[in-house]
Amino acid sequence: MEYLRPQNLKNALHLMKQWKKKATLIAGGTNVIPDLRARAVRPEVLIDISHLKSLAYIKEDKRKIHIGALTTVSELASSKIIEKWAPLLSHAANQLGNPLVRNRATIAGNLADGSPAADTAVPLLALEAIVVIQGGKEKQVPIHQFFVGPNQTVLKRDEMIKEVIIPKFNPNAKTAYFKLGLRNSMAVSVVSIAVLMEMEKTFCKKARIGYGAVAPKPIRAYRVEEMLENKELTERLLRACCETIGKEISPISDIRASKEYRTEMASVLLKRVMKRVTQ
Amino acid sequence: MKVSKTYPLKLNVNGEWKKTEVTPRETLLHVLRERLGHTELKEGCGKGDCGACAVLLNGKPVNACLTLALQADGKNVVTLKGIGTPDKPHPLQESFVKKGAIQCGFCSAGMIISAKGLLDENPKPSREEIRKAISGNLCRCTGYKKIVEAIEEAGQNIKKSVGRSQ
Repeated sequence: MEYLRPQNLKNALHLMKQWKKKATLIAGGTNVIPDLRARAVRPEVLIDISHLKSLAYIKEDKRKIHIGALTTVSELASSKIIEKWAPLLSHAANQLGNPLVRNRATIAGNLADGSPAADTAVPLLALEAIVVIQGGKEKQVPIHQFFVGPNQTVLKRDEMIKEVIIPKFNPNAKTAYFKLGLRNSMAVSVVSIAVLMEMEKTFCKKARIGYGAVAPKPIRAYRVEEMLENKELTERLLRACCETIGKEISPISDIRASKEYRTEMASVLLKRVMKRVTQ
Repeated sequence: MKVSKTYPLKLNVNGEWKKTEVTPRETLLHVLRERLGHTELKEGCGKGDCGACAVLLNGKPVNACLTLALQADGKNVVTLKGIGTPDKPHPLQESFVKKGAIQCGFCSAGMIISAKGLLDENPKPSREEIRKAISGNLCRCTGYKKIVEAIEEAGQNIKKSVGRSQ
């Protein structure tokens, strides 16, 4: 296996185009290294971009936050900008993996890995983030279109994530995040949920709900969002939402939990986060 | 099986520059233990679940098993031995011994590295902050309570000694 260390983004993209399927891109390495070890990937070339410091930043402008692809999960977790303008992401970053992993893992790596349980994806779905992809030319993909299936995204072999853009959330909006794992640290989500609600007293003007680990990819709960938007939130409506969510998701049984348990918990967590945002 | 190419590697380990040749697949853990003799860090799970191989990489605690050696090229690595020696132990090492926070000792190197990373940023952590900082380090003798107490005491002792030297 060869090892290449491109000096900038352009150079990295050139190498990816040249090597295509034979190459694996590595940054934080917290997914790639266990895969290499288990021989789940067998690249001829490793393209290491971990040293490209110009891709590690958190910036804000008037309406948006810009997060560089190589920003570590630790940096997300401790960023004042993220805490203020995207608290859902702050909560999720603080619970991803463990502190040692968070110091290496990057936001782009978490997304590009395409896990149905990707911890940063769930809040980014509720926040309607945009993934900036650089290949031959730059394109912007809304996060709800980024994931395709288990470990599959829209990224092509010669493309990489350059940046994640998050519209600043309305400070009057209420948000809540909950990750259910089998333990507190180094837990892969059994079910995770992130909600953002814009409310006028008990009237819901806008609802965005992201779910992890309940479908072949991280998803938005569109049907439930529609049930909530422009409605007076009543006990009865919330009960109906908790029933609908079971029909909207398609969880599997795996070593962490059964399909039935995930379905039940998706509903329980929805009830729990709704209680938090309506209080 | 194809033989992998080797590449030159320069690492600053505990203040000393070391040079060696490594293959791309080799982790920082493997190179430190097998090529450079730093057996103070341990291999537990080898996939980031246990923290026994933690080192400070440019001051931040990371799993050496989840870092390729070549990714640490030109960087500073601190292992347990770089924190203190038997003659000149670090307050963390002293308090781990005093509080009985070491039982079998397999997790200690990683625990102390994570604790050092915490105290460098936050010299007076709460117990909750300590527990969070060592949440990537497994102890199977389960001396967590004593470990948390040892880190808390070390923080206080560091503050005192800094106060004295000023």
